[in-house]
Amino acid sequence: MRTTGLLFCGWLLSTACLAAIDPTLLKPLASEDSESKIAAIAALAQAAPDEALPVLKALADDSLALAGERVVIVDGARVLDAASHTEIKPTPAATETIGINNRVRRELSGALAALRLFSTERAVRWQAAQELTLSADAKMLPLLDKALAVETDPEIRKRLQLAHAQASLGSTEAGVRLAAVRVLGESSDPNVRQMLLPLTEKRGDAWIEPDSAVRAAARTSIRSIEQRLAWADNLGRAFTGLSLGSILLLAALGLAITYGVMGVINMAHGELLMVGAYSAWVMQGVFRAYLPGAIDWYLLAALPVGFLSAALVGILMERIVIRHLYGRPLETLLATWGISLFLMQVARTLFGAQNVEVANPVWMAGGIEVLPNLMLPWNRIIIVGFSIAVLAVMWGILNLSRLGMFVRAVTQNRAMAGCVGVPTGRVDTLAFGLGAGIAGLGGVALSQIANVGPDMGQGYIVDSFMVVVLGGVGQLAGAVWAALGLGVFTKFLEGWTGAVVAKIVVLVFIIIFIQKRPQGLFALKGRFVES
Amino acid sequence: MRPSPARTPLIVRLGQSFDMRSWQMAGLFAAFALFAVPIMHLALPPDHPLHLSTYFITLIGKILCYAIVAVAMDLIWGYGGILSLGHGLFFALGGYAFGMYLMRQIGRDGSYQSDLPDFMVFLDWKELPWFWVGSDSFVWVALLVLVVPALIAFVFGYFAFRSRIKGVYFSIITQALTYAAMLLFFRNETGFGGNNGFTDFKRILGYSITAPETRVVLFGLSALTLLGTLLLARTLVTSKYGRILTAIRDAESRVMFIGYNPLWYKLFVWTLSALLCAVAGALYVPQVGIINPSEMSVANSIEIAIWVAVGGRGTLIGPVIGAFIVNLAKSWFTVSFPEYWLFFLGTLFIVATLYLPQGIVGLCRKLRAGMKRDRHPLAPAAKGVQA
Repeated sequence: MRTTGLLFCGWLLSTACLAAIDPTLLKPLASEDSESKIAAIAALAQAAPDEALPVLKALADDSLALAGERVVIVDGARVLDAASHTEIKPTPAATETIGINNRVRRELSGALAALRLFSTERAVRWQAAQELTLSADAKMLPLLDKALAVETDPEIRKRLQLAHAQASLGSTEAGVRLAAVRVLGESSDPNVRQMLLPLTEKRGDAWIEPDSAVRAAARTSIRSIEQRLAWADNLGRAFTGLSLGSILLLAALGLAITYGVMGVINMAHGELLMVGAYSAWVMQGVFRAYLPGAIDWYLLAALPVGFLSAALVGILMERIVIRHLYGRPLETLLATWGISLFLMQVARTLFGAQNVEVANPVWMAGGIEVLPNLMLPWNRIIIVGFSIAVLAVMWGILNLSRLGMFVRAVTQNRAMAGCVGVPTGRVDTLAFGLGAGIAGLGGVALSQIANVGPDMGQGYIVDSFMVVVLGGVGQLAGAVWAALGLGVFTKFLEGWTGAVVAKIVVLVFIIIFIQKRPQGLFALKGRFVES
Repeated sequence: MRPSPARTPLIVRLGQSFDMRSWQMAGLFAAFALFAVPIMHLALPPDHPLHLSTYFITLIGKILCYAIVAVAMDLIWGYGGILSLGHGLFFALGGYAFGMYLMRQIGRDGSYQSDLPDFMVFLDWKELPWFWVGSDSFVWVALLVLVVPALIAFVFGYFAFRSRIKGVYFSIITQALTYAAMLLFFRNETGFGGNNGFTDFKRILGYSITAPETRVVLFGLSALTLLGTLLLARTLVTSKYGRILTAIRDAESRVMFIGYNPLWYKLFVWTLSALLCAVAGALYVPQVGIINPSEMSVANSIEIAIWVAVGGRGTLIGPVIGAFIVNLAKSWFTVSFPEYWLFFLGTLFIVATLYLPQGIVGLCRKLRAGMKRDRHPLAPAAKGVQA
């Protein structure tokens, strides 16, 4: 849409200084025969690239018409002479639109793209070069040569060279084809590979490509493209694995405190994620209603809200229920499961049973195109960064702050910590609140990439327990490695088994792993292990 | 070797494991299930005030199966101290195994008039997968019900208990196990009907599955199985084996130091418990008429624990009471106020763990004992040693 607009502007600017086209070049455009139409398009594009653009565009828009013997462009109420591009007065009584079929249309769009290569706008040229990469043929070679001669932008040049090579593939000279095949080997576009493949195949008994040197070069080029593609594929998989790992980490970090450090099984952890995700939704609504100008920044406001509301729910849980069950982990498990059912129903009552829609802010949309077949979406990149930040903050709190010191002291020896004056009860509450708050932050992040609904927490509970159990109880580092490892492992496995089987395999792997190392990857050494 | 003292014959021990009052209650219950229910359902006209509706028979029959699961759970949790969050898996496996037989009994009466079950025709399969071989034989399927879940439990338990995985760790990996199984059964390619599972059963042993007589027979069978399970469990927990099991629950390290290997004690009760669940599942499916992978969901397995917790752990009769209370409440709530059911269940979980450590049975005992100070019989006596 934008490109068309730019094109139109460029066209308006350029109309002022257009020279007239030889009308004999225009005449064959109106012929009945598709072949002569195509020939005319090519001739026109080559003879007068600048002037041909509006004419061909009119042809593509079905606004090129025949008025008697003259080829004209119908522009609303005005009628322009196609050759001189001046308005005809008086307006001809009857005009007959020049129709084109699909074949002509295909040729036309190639020619148009080629012409747009000479636009003054970089964006237009870039777009045109990209379109040409897929549709260039030998007829466009002179045009491409011309464009290459004047093009200065390195990225567009690279594209044009590819297009040029592609167009040269149809050349009758083996040397030209050979050079083209070599240039195409530089590409990392899967489409180029598709284009080279026929060169290495036989049709009937004869090779499609008669020259053996070209065939060999084509094979080498295909191999190097495939290598580059496989590399990009693996890179993409590693990134989605990293992204899944960061999500698992966000879901499991809070659990690493409450379960790992405090020994409390919190089955309602998933629902704390849900609290965070719903706070993102609520903040979105608040911003829509009261601060529509700053709607893109609702997510930043949702972070403290998500943290505090989840922490509050967590503290209430700890005060009302969990506090009375310390030392009875199985009962804690059941009671927190009850809490999770309760919270789910609360969400259903307050916000409805359906999933709610949380929109990505503008700055999280889109992504970076690293390679032609590898796009890294911004929202995933931001979540990876966010989980690193949360991890750093949590590490800081646990290792540098006074509260963190108390938490570690209570973890190691509750009775002794109490004896030297650590308020163990309050530390429990605050630590639980912290773990819950981190879950809330995770929920805000999840709202950007996952469904937000009353049941969303259930999906994460098994996974986050797996991370904590795999990583080893009481270890942040363990949780980090386990989350990343599980994420990447799952994604690579998905590549050849499919999502569900990958998930089953991972679960079975963890079950087996726990048999071998019941303490997880990173075991606490010393006398706390057996309890 | 010292000659061991003469052992009491098994039948006598079985007889002794219930006291007089328990036998009376059991007899009353059996008479109700085997005589009163058939008469009230079949002989009385539908408008008679004492007539039992099909809905009632199905509901109570279903809960009887749940009660068997609850007793099985009580064996491992109440007496073995092992909280399984994966018992739904064994229940569902039993159900699926028997469901295979029921699917084959449909014969050519399915929507596609094929020898294959409908979902296979739908998936365009040409022949039965290997694990369906023999599923048209009742005996073979009954064997599958008894063997497959027990075997899976045995293998899983052997490795878990050998690695001395216990407490919450064990709970979490059983949860992962049933979750993985659920994902597996949700796949169409697994060969168990995917999402929809098995349904639209027509016959069992040639009799129509919806006939009132069949329902009454299934109901009676469930009741008898429950009684048998209770009797077996009571015999087990009062035997020498049961004492050692309880000792392992309370202080595993001490029992090991005395010279017992806890592995086999735990493994036996774990496998037995899984087997009982499978039998319950097999009885459940023909009465309810459907089995699908959601039976293996994590939530279902945790609900089993709450039946036991509400009724009273380590009491055997408590879980039966718990299963009845929770499930009757469920069917009442989900009909009358569906939106409050989760509130009720959630509160039940919290109240049962916070205020009813021994469940309803414990509460009754306490009341009967005249508010006499009652010590928690399950509190780990050996905290000092374990820490």
